[in-house]
Amino acid sequence: MEKKTLFDKIWDAHVVRSVTDGPDVFFIDKHFIHEVTSPVAFLNLEKRGIGVLHPERTIATPDHNVPTVDQDKTIKDKLSRMQVEKLREYCKKYNIELHDLGSAHHGIVHVIGPELGITQPGMTIVCGDSHTSTHGAFGAIAFGIGTSEVEMVFATQCIMQSKAKKMRITVDGELGKGITSKDIILYIIAKISASGGTGYFLEYAGSAIESLSMEARMTICNMSIEMGARGGLIAPDETTFNYLKGKQYAPKGEEWDKTVAYWKTLKTDEGAIFDKEYHFDAADIAPMITYGTNPGMGIKINDLIPTTAGMEGSNKTSFLKSLEYMGFEAGESILGKKMDYVFVGSCTNGRIEDIRSVAEFVKGKRKADNITAWIVPGSREVEKLAHEEGLVKILEEAGFELRQPGCSACLAMNDDKIPSGKYAVSTSNRNFEGRQGPGARTLLASPLTVAAIAVTGRITDPREVF
Amino acid sequence: MAYDKFNTLRSTVVPLSAENVDTDQIIPARFLKATERVGFGDNLFRDWRYDVEGNPKHDFVLNDPTYSGKILLAGKNFGSGSSREHAVWALYDYGFRCVVSSFFADIFKNNCLNIGVLPVTISPEFADVLFNAVSADPETEVEVDIDRQTITLLSTGQSESFDINSYKKENMKNGFDDIDYLLNIKDEIAEFVAGK
Ligand code: SF4
Repeated sequence: MEKKTLFDKIWDAHVVRSVTDGPDVFFIDKHFIHEVTSPVAFLNLEKRGIGVLHPERTIATPDHNVPTVDQDKTIKDKLSRMQVEKLREYCKKYNIELHDLGSAHHGIVHVIGPELGITQPGMTIVCGDSHTSTHGAFGAIAFGIGTSEVEMVFATQCIMQSKAKKMRITVDGELGKGITSKDIILYIIAKISASGGTGYFLEYAGSAIESLSMEARMTICNMSIEMGARGGLIAPDETTFNYLKGKQYAPKGEEWDKTVAYWKTLKTDEGAIFDKEYHFDAADIAPMITYGTNPGMGIKINDLIPTTAGMEGSNKTSFLKSLEYMGFEAGESILGKKMDYVFVGSCTNGRIEDIRSVAEFVKGKRKADNITAWIVPGSREVEKLAHEEGLVKILEEAGFELRQPGCSACLAMNDDKIPSGKYAVSTSNRNFEGRQGPGARTLLASPLTVAAIAVTGRITDPREVF
Repeated sequence: MAYDKFNTLRSTVVPLSAENVDTDQIIPARFLKATERVGFGDNLFRDWRYDVEGNPKHDFVLNDPTYSGKILLAGKNFGSGSSREHAVWALYDYGFRCVVSSFFADIFKNNCLNIGVLPVTISPEFADVLFNAVSADPETEVEVDIDRQTITLLSTGQSESFDINSYKKENMKNGFDDIDYLLNIKDEIAEFVAGK
């Protein structure tokens, strides 16, 4: 029998037809939409005079562009308000489930999907957002699409896609103290580079991955796109099933047992061939931080920023331009650099586990005076738990400012912008120029590292301050 | 959204040698607030093109009158980052019909093909040849022949072929998009759903 990877199994089960010397017609189980990339797709749909074919497979929430204060009031920014209003209008018209601002399950689309149990193993999931890869943590094929494709899914529940090549990244061994799944993924990206996954769909495997919670797995799959990969997935196991059990949209009763039996078949066959494989040892991973303007520019926090040795041409120019933007020197240590902002949030690390780990660290301490510290829960559910567990109180006592759920300073489409020239250490996923506001300088790190920096005010190895 | 048919394109070239240009640079997030697809070209490379006061930055290539054309010659790993199709709308709206690079990010490339901007992947060596030729003579012309799948530096005749699958090629040549195709096979899709 043909040996298949997990990716093959799910992919092949969703191909409606293959176009000769062209893409596959690929069926989509779940389509998440938000206010920024869907209104134009709806508008085009209306211009064509067609509607949404499967509203029951579509789930909406406004997240990218929403304010994180006064969410119960009218949105002040006119354009943001229009996008949210359009989303509401279209959802109502086409009968699409909307988790609106202020409702019990409002939040970042990639946080609420798993939380509600909508995201399940074996599914195909798309959204007009590249971090749709997050849902791969459940053993699903999940990836971001453009607005034209959003329109295709509305119209036909299919898109035209060529099957990606397959890469497996195996991480075995045990992680050291103070090292989290964010460090694993930043480490992998630094090794493979910001473009090393282009053309591939990834599978993460190995004992270090298997030992992770669902939240931690989501952090890893989330950042697959930061290597240029289409997406990344992890085979479902007991951790996955336990997470999903009892969730609102998860199967119940007899149906649950039947479905779990199917989910258990969702793994790569022994001996299946990948186009590319990488192996890493968890023991080599340290707390990571980025020093440049793409996520591949990461180092172990106690390593020196690389020098230009061995670089030439546009590669060297781009590297130096990036350092200049960040205000760092090649070959220097990053430890001790003074920071201005910390941002804990986003679909990478805005889940309850992340907030717990920050709260645990800062308990009884105070943030440094030079730091403005923002905590933005990934969803209302996360916010609620953070209150119930007393985390909000701890964080507020430490001088952190809690905001309401949304993408917030991850992409700074709303008012949560880092001022030009200021440094922000963020738990999010992108450190591009201007990502967190024009001129803002972003360093990516784990929630734990971010917490350590919030307290000391400077770049600090979290292992040193336990 | 249908687009203009792509025939053989002969044009001068705008060179942008920076590597890893992500979609946040092509169009920053704060310009994604429109609910209609209009005016994105004005904000193409916004923060590289204009300073905070909105004055043009003269060292940026789009502000340099020496260079113009429908072909953008870009550095390695162009279009990484977010899936925002707005990045390609901005390029198209500005007047680019073709982007040439030795390496494209995946989603970006897909988005290009979906809205009628041809992504042409060439070897790093040929990219160097083109960059050098354009900087030596900004009037130099490049021809992109979609039928023969070739890109040629007209002054020297140096040429390379590029990949595009025949389905996408027909689409580009005819200005079709995937939705037309999908709508035509609606019954087959319905059968597939019924069998699930
Ligand atoms: S939190 Fe950031 S990365 Fe995640 S969906 Fe929102 S903008 Fe995108």
